[in-house]
Order: sequence, then C-alpha cells, then structure tokens
Amino acid sequence: MSLPDPWTHLAALTPARIALGRAGPALPTREVLALSLAHAQARDAVHASFDAGAVARGLEALGHPTIQVASAAPDRATYLRRPDLGRRLSAASRGALEAWRPRGADLVLVVADGLSSAAVHAHAVPLIAALAPYVARAGWRLGPVVVATQGRVALGDEIGQVLDAAMVAVLVGERPGLSAPDSLGVYLTHGPAVGRTDAERNCISNIRPAGLCYEEAAFKLAWHVAEARRLGLTGVGLKDESDLVSLTAEPPQALPPA
Amino acid sequence: MGYRQVVGTTTWTFCDLKDLLAKASPLRSGDALAGLAASCAQENVAAKLALADLPLRALLDQPIVPYESDEVTRLICDSHDAGAFAPIASLTVGGFRDFLLAQTTTTQVLAALAPGVTPEMAAAVSKIMRSQDLILAASKCRVTTAFRDTIGLPGTMAVRLQPNHPTDDPAGITASVLDGLMYGCGDAVIGINPASDSLAATGELLRLLDELIGRFSIPTQSCVLAHVTSTIELIERGAPVDLVFQSIAGTEAANASFGVNLALLKEGREAALSLKRGTVGDNVMYFETGQGSALSANAHHGVDQQTLEARAYGVARAFKPLLVNTVVGFIGPEYLYDGKQIIRAGLEDHFCGKLLGLPLGCDICHTNHAEADQDDLDTLLTLLATAGVTFVMGVPGGDDVMLGYQSTSFHDALYVRELLGLKRAPEFEAWLREMRITGTGGALLPRTAGHPLLTGSRA
Repeated sequence: MSLPDPWTHLAALTPARIALGRAGPALPTREVLALSLAHAQARDAVHASFDAGAVARGLEALGHPTIQVASAAPDRATYLRRPDLGRRLSAASRGALEAWRPRGADLVLVVADGLSSAAVHAHAVPLIAALAPYVARAGWRLGPVVVATQGRVALGDEIGQVLDAAMVAVLVGERPGLSAPDSLGVYLTHGPAVGRTDAERNCISNIRPAGLCYEEAAFKLAWHVAEARRLGLTGVGLKDESDLVSLTAEPPQALPPA
Repeated sequence: MGYRQVVGTTTWTFCDLKDLLAKASPLRSGDALAGLAASCAQENVAAKLALADLPLRALLDQPIVPYESDEVTRLICDSHDAGAFAPIASLTVGGFRDFLLAQTTTTQVLAALAPGVTPEMAAAVSKIMRSQDLILAASKCRVTTAFRDTIGLPGTMAVRLQPNHPTDDPAGITASVLDGLMYGCGDAVIGINPASDSLAATGELLRLLDELIGRFSIPTQSCVLAHVTSTIELIERGAPVDLVFQSIAGTEAANASFGVNLALLKEGREAALSLKRGTVGDNVMYFETGQGSALSANAHHGVDQQTLEARAYGVARAFKPLLVNTVVGFIGPEYLYDGKQIIRAGLEDHFCGKLLGLPLGCDICHTNHAEADQDDLDTLLTLLATAGVTFVMGVPGGDDVMLGYQSTSFHDALYVRELLGLKRAPEFEAWLREMRITGTGGALLPRTAGHPLLTGSRA
C-alpha cells in the first residue's frame, strides 16, 4: 500500500524525482525499480566505447581539419583508476601533434570522450557547428579540432601547449547522471600548459537538448572566449555575466568587443 | 626519521612519518594512484603496529607538510591548544584509541580535548580503529551550531534540502524545495548547487530562497554553493546571503587550486557576519570537503588522502562553521573505488571531524562510474546515523539531476528517523508541526493538495 503525493502537478516543472509518494517512509516499489533501471543505464553508458572516427568525420564535414589522439591510458579500466594517465598524451599522439603546422591558433577545440561517449557522439558536432558563426564574425583563428580517446579535461593543457594555442576549449562527456547519461561539458583554459589547475578554467556544463541547448551553449562559450581574450585569463577571475547580454540580438553582435 | 616494525622474521621499514601514515591507511584506490599505499596486506598491518607505538607528540613535532611553505600547517601548529592536549600528551596513538573508547571518556571530556587534537592525530588514530570504534567514539562527540535553528543537539539529525536543477530554473527549484519541505527536510540548510557560475543567476537563486523562507517563516537558512569570491561580490551588491559556502582541502596548494586561501575565507566569513541575518546563532560558514581533492589538484605532498582530509577539517574549524560535510563518494573510483572504500571513508571522515569539534555531516553518495549502488548508501546512512552524524543530504529521489550522482533522499531521512527515533532541529520541528506537515511524534501527517505550502507558492 503506497501513499501518493497530492502535488504531482509540480513534477512537470523539474526533471528531479519529486511527488513520488511513499510506502511507509520508503519509496514505492515502482519508484525503487525505476531508480535501479536508470542506474543500470548510466553504468552501461560509462563503459560504452568511443567512436572517434565518426566524430572526426562529422567535424570534417563541417570543414574542420581534425587530428585523432589518445591519452596515455591504454584502456577503459585503466582510465577509470588512473586519471593522471587520462590527462597526458600517449607518446605517439604527442609526436603527431608536435608535427602539426601551423601552430599558434587563437583557440583550439578538443573533443574528448571523458566519462560519456554518448554525450560526445550526440552533441560535440552540433555544438561546434553552432559556434562557427561567432568564430567567423570575431575573426578568431581556430586550430585543428583534436579528437581524444580516454581523455580527461586536463589533457587539453598538453594539447594546447604543444600546438602553442592561446586558448583551449575541451568538450568532454560528463559523468553520466541517472536522468542525463549524455551531458556534455566545456572547459575553457587560457594559456594552456601542463600543470594548470581547475581554478584557472571556466566551465559550461549540462549541454544537451533538454539542458543547455547548443545555441545557448555556443553563445556562452563565445562570450567566455571574448572575455578571456580581453582579460588575458580564465578561471575564478572571469565571472560568467553572459546572461547580462541580450540573447535576442544577432549572435555576433551580442558579443562584447574581442 | 624512519620507522621499523619487525613481524616474525620480516622487518618492515617506513622512510618517514607520512610514509608510515600512508602505509597504515586502510586500502583505497587514491593512495594506490598516488603510489603511497602499502604494497601488501601485511605491510599495511605492520605499519598500523608501528603507528600504534608512535607517541602522539611526534605528530605535533614533525609536520608532514612543511611549516614554512604551507599555511594550513601553520594554522594547525599555531592554533594548537597545549593545555587541552595535556591529558593525552603522554599517550601513543594506540593508547589514544584505548582512551577514546574508555567509558570514562565522556562527551564533556571529548569537547574539552578537541582544541588539543590536531588533524594528524585524528587521522593517525582513525587508521588503527575499526568501524565500530569510529562509530562509538564519534557518537560520544557532540557539536552544536546555530543560525536560524540549532543543529547538532543530542537525538537529532538534520537534512540539507538539495533542490538542484540542471538550468537553475526558479520554478523547478521551487518545486523540489516544496517537495522536500513536505517530506520534513531542510533543517540543516536549503542549499542549491548552481549550474551556472553567473553572478546574476546566483543572486536570483538567493532572492528566491530568501523570499520563500521569509514568506513561510521557515526557521532554516539558505545557501547557493557558489565560489566564496562570488558570494562576497554578491554580498557587496546587496544579495540576501545567509551562509558563505566554499569547498576546501588540506593543503595550501590544494586550496589554491580551488582559488581560495585562509585570508579569503576570513573575508567571506566577515562579510556574512556583517549582515547579521542569524536569529539564534552566528555560525555563517558552510564547507564541503572530500578525500582525494588534494591529489586531484597535484597538491598532496606525498601525504595519504585521509590524513589530508582531516587537515581540511583543521581549516574548517578556524571559521566556526554551521555545517561541514564530506562529499564522500563524489570524487570517483580513482580515489574511493567501491562501496567498501566509500563506507570506510565516510566513517573515518565523520569521526575525524567530530573529534576535531566540527558539526560534521556527510553527503553519502556515489557516482555512476564507481562500483557502488543504493545498498551501499543505505549501509553508510544507517552506520553514520548510529554514529550521530550531524546532517545528511536530501535529494529528490536520491538522484541529483544537475550534478549527476546519487545521494540520500527525503525518503532515506524518513527511514532513518523512523528506525532510530532521530528528531529534526527543534525550531524546524516546531515549524513543521505548526504547518501540520508532521504530527506530534514527528511523523508525516496525511496531506492534501490544499496545503498552504502548495497553494501559497509560486511554483
């Protein structure tokens, strides 16, 4: 016998699990099992393999040159236990990047599987497509898009350093949640170099159609890139005030002067 | 200085104090990742044997992170109360364990002792304590704090209502807050992790919670868990800030990776105190910690993650916080691999925090890439509640839809209250009765769609 909650109308306002009712103090049976199923789906998402080739083809179709690299973590099991390896390039990948010309881009985009290949498969290409008009309007020189397997956020530091980039934006699959196993995050780092700390980055998270949509995420990323260029830094010294800028204006005009 | 332990025909050696502490730590993936863990089960026990014979005073005399280069070490050394330490000054680490478990070591004795215990002493003794020791000793510690209600009284356990929303949508957050209140949660704090770093969005959330708390006269406090610099900026802009939040760690370098230092925390506390918004107390800080954060920031100085976690509590206690919680399973399997490691760490963190005199709560949680599930959370919740945990999290359905991890739910709090007879903060409990959300025994009353909380809100 379970007791329903008479405020189920509120549940439409949030993806959070509210108005679930109860059996004694506990969740009703159907809710306990629904939670179990969602957990099972998220567990499976963590271990799904990354199709770097498909992502690279999608980016090349948009006209971006790409490079595929791998971190120093040889497989998923090692990757999960050894974040240090996921933050550094494999020797072969480092060699390939060192040979890349030209260097010194204003911005290098890195697409890394992180903890959710599903997020990267679904959202990386559309987000980069939505960013393109801002890049074109501001005249920023983009480097190659680096597609990284078994990569963590800080892998972008070494990639940006080797490519001598002024800034790096890492698009990475976030930890799968129960309601959102496919959420993408972007971490922007000015002056990327091995050893940068998380306090020196800005993060835009929860990018997916039901969260922060591609257009808004692209606007926010472009706003941050422009601010970072103006201030010469990213991190806690750069506060996100992008929502003070009107979103209704033509996208490129919504940007502060670069 | 090195340490030796002979076990049968084998002599184990430990090159210095931090090596001894690390090797004596119960196994966890983060210490293995750092290359600090014992090489085998026997070395782990040999280190525990050697550690048990170590005089407590050695932990005071030999800082494991250099005094000259680390402000956390300086804080710990310079604020140590030698008078409070006197009753245990002659004990070894093993003798300290026996002392903590003695029936003569009462709540009053432990309260007087707290300023004399350093984080390293708490960490060291915890390493040779079993789960039951950590639970029993912590259960004797009592730490009470207050802002708009009183947290930590005997027989109580509070809950942080965590109404996160993936895009900080005000209506969505309000819906989760109402759900939590109708389930009798929120006496520790109504605390939102904002999805956005934006100052404007954070300010909006602060005003939303302030309006809700004011309209229904709820004896609790709000917090938007933004960076301390953002909160200070918002206070200057006139935002209604109850508590200043910050994630902290156990070394100066790890705190730097969070963009904070002791002076900044002091500035944050003073800014919040200047608003004088507390009604029954003036504990205005809320800290979160978690084993592994220093290693994650490459700032661990070769010290094991549990000892560094205790040092984070050394940072916290300098700022008289209302609430401190370890976010025990959030950091992921590279630091705490599975349910067993998460449960052990939760018990250690709670014990160390309480022994140091902190109002320690726990975000009993796991991520989806750890080898853990709801059964592990149930186990840790039950153990910590028997140990007297100050507060736990209340997340709708146990599923945080913004942070993407699983924690304890409003229902879980009801479960453990029913099981162990734990009450809420008294001011909040009285408010729930007045609102006819709970009856005289604290159990939920039958509810209708016409409840004033549901009809009088803008969700």
